[in-house]
Amino acid sequence: MGDATHDIPERTPVHVIVNGVSHTLDLAPWTTLLDALRDHLALTGTKKGCDHGQCGACTVLIEGRRVNSCLTLAVMTDGAEVTTIEGLAKDGTLHPVQQAFIDHDAFQCGYCTPGQICSAAGLLAEGRARDADEIRELMSGNLCRCGAYPNIVAAIQQAMSRS
Amino acid sequence: MNNFQYSRASNVADAIQLLAADPDAKLIAGGTNLIDLMKENVERPSRLVDISRLPLRDIEQTADGGLRIGALVPNSDLAYHPQIEQRYPLLASAILAGASAQLRNMASVGGNLMQRTRCAYFYDTATPCNKRSPGTGCSAIDGLNRNHAILGTSSSCIATNPSDMSVALAALDARVHIASRSGERAVALIDFHRLPGDRPHIDTNLGSGEIITAIELPPRGFAQNYSYLKIRDRLSYAFALVAVAAALDLEGNVIGEARLTLGGVAHKPWRSLEAEAALRGQAATPDHFGRAADLLLQGAAARAHNGFKIELARRAVVRTLMQAARATPQSQAHKKIA
Ligand SMILES: Cc1cc2nc3c(=O)[nH]c(=O)nc-3n(C[C@H](O)[C@H](O)[C@H](O)COP(=O)(O)OP(=O)(O)OC[C@H]3O[C@@H](n4cnc5c(N)ncnc54)[C@H](O)[C@@H]3O)c2cc1C
Ligand code: SF4
Ligand code: FES
Ligand code: FES
Repeated sequence: MGDATHDIPERTPVHVIVNGVSHTLDLAPWTTLLDALRDHLALTGTKKGCDHGQCGACTVLIEGRRVNSCLTLAVMTDGAEVTTIEGLAKDGTLHPVQQAFIDHDAFQCGYCTPGQICSAAGLLAEGRARDADEIRELMSGNLCRCGAYPNIVAAIQQAMSRS
Repeated sequence: MNNFQYSRASNVADAIQLLAADPDAKLIAGGTNLIDLMKENVERPSRLVDISRLPLRDIEQTADGGLRIGALVPNSDLAYHPQIEQRYPLLASAILAGASAQLRNMASVGGNLMQRTRCAYFYDTATPCNKRSPGTGCSAIDGLNRNHAILGTSSSCIATNPSDMSVALAALDARVHIASRSGERAVALIDFHRLPGDRPHIDTNLGSGEIITAIELPPRGFAQNYSYLKIRDRLSYAFALVAVAAALDLEGNVIGEARLTLGGVAHKPWRSLEAEAALRGQAATPDHFGRAADLLLQGAAARAHNGFKIELARRAVVRTLMQAARATPQSQAHKKIA
């Protein structure tokens, strides 16, 4: 609680590779990866929904694995490779999941979409989903208040069949 | 979130040392429970000791043919490990019934065992709660207690333990390996979590300055006849109202060994050796399963809003044992309850 008895901790240099670009940030230890991305690197594609692990809007890939950046301390990711929605397209070509979301109109307001897409990219890499039920279950960590779920599942099925 | 010091432990001894040096320090592994609680000001550690890089990520065969699982193995890696999928599918199923794919990628085995209750009053620092602030009272006993415990409660606290993994681990007779300055010890999973009694602020029997290093599974995994059934308010990404882990050894239709543990109903995984003994030597029929359910639920007591859990638990026990007996375990993806 910022007790007078505890020294205010120093900022720590944190080295992260975000979307292939190396950064050294000077961060207080309580900075989450989500806040580091949005407020320190101006990568605002990653969204803050609940800030408590309950919605998936903040989903990014660390070393290729999907995680909730709101429950990740940036200092704990020191040395890691992070991929956000801004880093999924390669050489001007959309990631297959991004293209599929457009093809299937898999969003309405779009707020959950960066998290959905990063999560789906992680899902494809995991290779555990084989049918629509399994996609639904393994995407349950991403809520969509607009209820675009049927089109999200269809988009992921398209990306799965083409990968 | 409060300001805190951050240290990265370089080995287990270092982590123990850092804990010993500061009574208000806490270990952090995946962070999925601790960061959440820190954001709510429920946990206010002076220092976080980051153990996430310690070499406790192996899953190894033990001398007796069981498995030793490092405390930092991510929940998803454990659930999808071939040895777990093939030999301990009950454990894989329980893990996959919990949280979300992202959270399971982050969450560690040790952190999962240590996760704290989801009682809404515990999370709300504006309300009295004996678990969060000892001696202030329990807001749930006369408050909204639909999600609360029906077994093993006290007049101080009626919270439940939210872990799915622990329910399966209790049924499988797992042991928890613990290290501290005074060496190593191991404790049965079923004795790891405590009942609230008059000290509900203490969830487990892990002492201060102790660290979980591993979980050990005995050789017997009940891979043929098992099921994990989790009943909740939505089909996924929600905590259990009632969960059942069931495992049987069958000869024909006659039960040899039986394991039965409830989740979502008490301050710890709820297992009754009496209920299991009553199944031994019996035919695998709904009647016998109902009798075991009654024994397991002996002493169940409801508050204003959670009375439904008693009958729900009874029916869920019978259903889960039938799934186990028929070798049609509950699928965590295809939600129809067979
Ligand atoms: C939205 C949401 C939904 C969830 N749903 C479910 C669910 O349905 N079922 C379920 O079971 N869980 C669920 N969880 C909880 C999740 O499983 C836990 O948060 C996770 O397992 C904790 O592991 P961690 O490594 O992240 O722990 P951390 O947050 O790092 O630590 C938690 C606690 O454990 C202590 N600790 C960590 N490692 C050790 C160790 N080796 N030795 C001693 N102490 C240690 C820490 O000091 C801390 O007190 C959910 C979580 C969220 C946010
Ligand atoms: S049930 Fe336990 S955790 Fe919930 S308010 Fe009462 S004392 Fe606190
Ligand atoms: S903002 Fe991270 S899960 Fe909602
Ligand atoms: S598109 Fe609006 S929340 Fe999903």
